[in-house]
Amino acid sequence: MTDAPITFATAVRSAPTGAEAAPSPVKLAARNLAFHYGDFTALRDINLDVPQNKVTALIGPSGCGKSTLLRIFNRIYSIYPGQRASGQVLLDGEDVLDPKYPLNRLRSKIGMVFQKPVPFPMSIFDNIAYGIGHYEKLSKADMADRVEAALRQAALWDEVKDKLRQSALGLSGGQQQRLCIARAVALKPQVILFDEPTSALDPIATGKIEQLFAELKQQFTILIVTHNMQQAARCSDFTAFMYLGELIEHGATSTIFTKPTKQQTEDYITGRFG
Amino acid sequence: MQATSAPSPAERSHRLDAFADWFFRNLVTIAGWFVLIALGLAALSMAWGGREAFMAFGPGFLTSTAWNPVTEEYGAAVAIYGTVVSTIIAMIIAVPVSFGIALFLTEVAPAWIRQPLGTAIELLAGIPSIIYGMWGLFVLAPFLADNVYPWVDANLGQVPLVGLLFAGPPLGIGMLTAGIVLAIMVIPFISSVMRDVFMTVPNRLKESAYALGSTTFEVVWDIVLPYTRSAVIGGIFLGMGRALGETMAVTFVLGNSHHINASLLMPGNSIAASIANEFAEATTPMYQSALLALGFVLFIVTFVVLAISKFMLMQLAKREGN
Amino acid sequence: MNAMADRLYFRRRLLNAVSLVLSGAATLFGLFWLVWILWVTISKGIDAMSLQLFTEMTPPPGQDTGGLKNAIVGSLMLSSLAVAMGAPVGIAAGTFLSEYARARKIGEVIRFVNDILLSAPSIVLGLFVYTLVVRTTGTFSGYAGSIAMAFIVLPVVVRTTDEMLRLVPSQMREAALSLGIPQWKVTTQILYRAALPGIVTGVLLALARIAGETAPLLFTAFNNQYWSTDMGGAMPNLPVTIFQFAMSPFAYWNQLAWAGAFLITLFVLAVSLLARTLLLRKKTHHD
Repeated sequence: MTDAPITFATAVRSAPTGAEAAPSPVKLAARNLAFHYGDFTALRDINLDVPQNKVTALIGPSGCGKSTLLRIFNRIYSIYPGQRASGQVLLDGEDVLDPKYPLNRLRSKIGMVFQKPVPFPMSIFDNIAYGIGHYEKLSKADMADRVEAALRQAALWDEVKDKLRQSALGLSGGQQQRLCIARAVALKPQVILFDEPTSALDPIATGKIEQLFAELKQQFTILIVTHNMQQAARCSDFTAFMYLGELIEHGATSTIFTKPTKQQTEDYITGRFG
Repeated sequence: MQATSAPSPAERSHRLDAFADWFFRNLVTIAGWFVLIALGLAALSMAWGGREAFMAFGPGFLTSTAWNPVTEEYGAAVAIYGTVVSTIIAMIIAVPVSFGIALFLTEVAPAWIRQPLGTAIELLAGIPSIIYGMWGLFVLAPFLADNVYPWVDANLGQVPLVGLLFAGPPLGIGMLTAGIVLAIMVIPFISSVMRDVFMTVPNRLKESAYALGSTTFEVVWDIVLPYTRSAVIGGIFLGMGRALGETMAVTFVLGNSHHINASLLMPGNSIAASIANEFAEATTPMYQSALLALGFVLFIVTFVVLAISKFMLMQLAKREGN
Repeated sequence: MNAMADRLYFRRRLLNAVSLVLSGAATLFGLFWLVWILWVTISKGIDAMSLQLFTEMTPPPGQDTGGLKNAIVGSLMLSSLAVAMGAPVGIAAGTFLSEYARARKIGEVIRFVNDILLSAPSIVLGLFVYTLVVRTTGTFSGYAGSIAMAFIVLPVVVRTTDEMLRLVPSQMREAALSLGIPQWKVTTQILYRAALPGIVTGVLLALARIAGETAPLLFTAFNNQYWSTDMGGAMPNLPVTIFQFAMSPFAYWNQLAWAGAFLITLFVLAVSLLARTLLLRKKTHHD
């Protein structure tokens, strides 16, 4: 990140372009996805490819359904009665919306970080170890290594290494969110979903987390929902624009922001509505 | 984590988890249903226990003032009368006082005193009713008998018509004393409920009224009360439900008489007090059945009152988007 | 025109002042009685306080010495068993309401019935357990007494557990579930931990509530003049002892009744205060 003030134009110019590398394999794909709250259809006709080891951003005005779409990918909506999805979500070719696909396997492969940091009411160490412990029986030393590795990946290790046994609730908001990221990466998933991860944080904490995305994508496929266009422009390789429950346009970030093909996309990007 | 073929450790633990989920879910569901069953069983058991009395005396049981263990004639009228009258007296005293306290706590009192005072009142609501009963018997009744009732008897007792309510020797123990003790017991409870209800009024509503120049009283009368009207009534009914079923607070001071007396200064009886006083002596099945029948009547009455209260309180909750 | 407005304004201010004074008076009025009651209980109780309360048993009528030892111990046993029976069922039912039935009809029905049970006259619950247990077993018993009190504990714990679990943000549930943790572990290992102070508060409040309950014991555990730890028979307990002693004409019995009343009041206030501080600490912690 440069020290010059980030204007919209510079953000777009410095954004990673998907066209640099060879076309990435598709990790996650939505096929003819629709979503309903009771009788209300919130999403219709969604077809989206999420490329592997890249950051894809979902943008759009409030209420367009981007969070709803995100929450389909790990089937977190299934705990709420009356909400249902139709269509397919393919992870490496397998349809995870199929009721036969075990939920815990899905969630070990697709992790999620939420808008509001929600550390568990435990120590910092236990927050990370809890998830791991559910899947693997590790010795104390191995577990300590895994926890440290996860915290390092979330760029939190240096700040908490001396207080691992203290309650996680004592951390600042930004630290708590990085803890939640560490918690998700600790399970070694393949995809990480981020639902407006920085909207509850101050600019400095936001900056620290945005820096993480570039590193995390080397190991994981990242899908971010953000209402902050500049963040999408800064951090993502690919962008999908949604409006009123439909996927209007998606493609390389630089293309979307400089040469959008749909009028609605252009209107949103230039701020005519939003 | 990568499950390949036949039951891998991951799949086995997944199935164990699925079973545990199923087990836990059913466990808590049974517990939930248990609450319903408890209430149903309570009603049924008393209806069943009282069936001999109901069958022997029919609907007349509710209106008969007879109460004779020797001839085995029982009627609920005296007890019902006492329950209702003592509760009415209690509500007449408690409702305005509780309202005043709630008003004080939410609008008048300086900010620093509101929390401690509110907590003090909530703590006082937890004092067991037997304490009130003992205080009523040993302190209030003699005090009233010596200092207040003679005056009441001499002055109010002489007024035509109204005087009937206040005639008779100043025993101290009686309907009025019981009503007063009940009122004091119920005041912290109703004022807590009312205070909670008043506090749900959004500040911006009150602020906009104040900004227009309203006085505190007008804000309460024109904004707070209409907004919380059904909940306030619900709170009153809740207190009434408590008062109707109260045993120990009144058993000490009601007097256990088996006659209906117009005067409030005379002893009376209530359903709960009769049951408490006489159950130990109820040696015959019919005697016991009569007391259980009384219990059933009390149960039905309080159920109805509490159900009404709940409906009214739910109105406010719905408004709040609960 | 101005004069009329002034008069109107004066009347409004007067009405306001009167109402405010009345509300202050009502508060003083209400507090006066309660302070008086507390004062009497404390002073008569302290007068009757002595070591023999805890070392001697309840005396026969007319005797000038004696204590409340058996009644105190009996009450402790009855209350402990009541909480041990009622609290787990209450927590489970509260969990059902919050985690499995939150928006469903059955949840609303159970909550409604629970609130009625909460305010139902305790004498009714005593009669219920009498018909259910005492009549069938043929004897008064400590078990019957504890069961009756467990029915008083139950709705209190159900309600606080339900409310405390609902206060846990839904995102915490989702965060745990999205790690692949099964629902039952999320509830027991995460949610209970998050709501623990509140749930404990509920149990404490239930304990304070049953400490002074007399009516349900009248028909179930009844009372026992002697030392007994046999829950299968009539159990000595403080509230019924107080009831019998207070209604009697014997002066020493009356004095013991006040001592017992004082002890119960102290216990109830202490437990309630403990419950409230627990809740307050939880609230400030999360800010």
